[in-house]
Amino acid sequence: MDYVAPATISEAVGSAHAASGSVRFLAGGTDVLVQLRSGMHTPDIIIDVKNIPGMLDVARNNDGGWTIGAAVPGIRIGEVAELRSDWPGVVEAMELIGSTQIQGRASLIGNLCNGSPAADVVPALFAAAARVSIAGPQGEREVGVSEIPVGPGRNSLAKGEIITALHLPPRRAAAADAYLRFIPRTEMDIAVVGCAVNLSLNGDRVAEASVALGAVAPTVLSVPEAAAALVGSQMDSPALDRMSAACSAACRPIDDKRGTVEFRTDVAGVLGRRAAVIAYNRAGRE
Amino acid sequence: MMEMKHVKAEVNGDPVEYLCDPRESLLDALRDRLSLTGAKEGCGTGDCGACSILLDGDLVCSCLVLAAEAEGKRIDTIEGMADGETLHPLQSQFLQHAALQCGICTPGILVAAKALLERIPDPSDSEIRYWLAGNLCRCTGYDKIVRAVKDAAVEMRRT
Repeated sequence: MDYVAPATISEAVGSAHAASGSVRFLAGGTDVLVQLRSGMHTPDIIIDVKNIPGMLDVARNNDGGWTIGAAVPGIRIGEVAELRSDWPGVVEAMELIGSTQIQGRASLIGNLCNGSPAADVVPALFAAAARVSIAGPQGEREVGVSEIPVGPGRNSLAKGEIITALHLPPRRAAAADAYLRFIPRTEMDIAVVGCAVNLSLNGDRVAEASVALGAVAPTVLSVPEAAAALVGSQMDSPALDRMSAACSAACRPIDDKRGTVEFRTDVAGVLGRRAAVIAYNRAGRE
Repeated sequence: MMEMKHVKAEVNGDPVEYLCDPRESLLDALRDRLSLTGAKEGCGTGDCGACSILLDGDLVCSCLVLAAEAEGKRIDTIEGMADGETLHPLQSQFLQHAALQCGICTPGILVAAKALLERIPDPSDSEIRYWLAGNLCRCTGYDKIVRAVKDAAVEMRRT
């Protein structure tokens, strides 16, 4: 295995494209280095992206949106008060990942690229309609985050391609998001189910909504039927019942030691309802 | 033969240099190349916190950092905590409270607790427990650790 720490995107892309064996980009290493240590996967080359300008920057754009470098660790995300105020669901999802030590290293984009169906931050990014900038041998492109995961442990990036930054859209007034997950203890576990809701209000009615679920299918899922159940409502019981049922109906989970199909399907509905109420109350306070 | 990487960094305020294998962890470089054996390997996969250090001021598991990544970085380990023969208030409170038994987790917990008190000088019990949740201790049951951190915080706020 070789290790390189290029100073530019084009060098990083060039190294990745030219590599003959397997390549891993290194941001915080909380997945890549665990896989290396545990003997699951030893890449032929590790390309550390943290020396590339911008990779560790968090910036609010002129339009009010946010650009977050691909290697920004969780601890930095949580320190930016305006980001927390704009995107509380994205920030709380990131902060749920691992211990303080893991927060010192783990990145949003790493969580996305790792491709876990149970990734905490990914439902929140789906619901936020976040986008990513990708650099590669053919140049640059920008895609929605929902185009990145394609299956457990797999993403859609081509050889030599690297995500350079995450983009969160500008926040309109009276809008907020929320993320909840179920784990069997209070801290540091993998989601049995995760649910993110992002919505905006017109008066006390939901104007727009999006809903995403984690750990209930081979990839994180957007659930437009659940979002549609909320739109136009005042978060009344019938709307929440329809939303909750739509969350459960979208589930295609596995049975494993952390949760059965029945349990995950039921809990998805419960978390959907609760996350929707939290997002609604946050948006009302804006 | 894999090419060794030449790394220059700063550890506890001193400049250091070492050659390392690209696969080598920073924990192994600290212990085996720099003879700083305070940080311990518990799990080697970022779960137990026994190898906790500060990397450019951020609390991290040194087992989940490549030794080569430390180029140009500032590293703080347990060896830099006491001021010569004078123990840090956290160290003396850990002794006072007998907040350790076998001691394997202690260096990591001290480094993590110091980072906490720099951020939150007057932490609640639950703030201490959440912050230290990535530092496993199989001996003490944690209560003595939490009390020692609280009393160290009181002592540090006085000075």
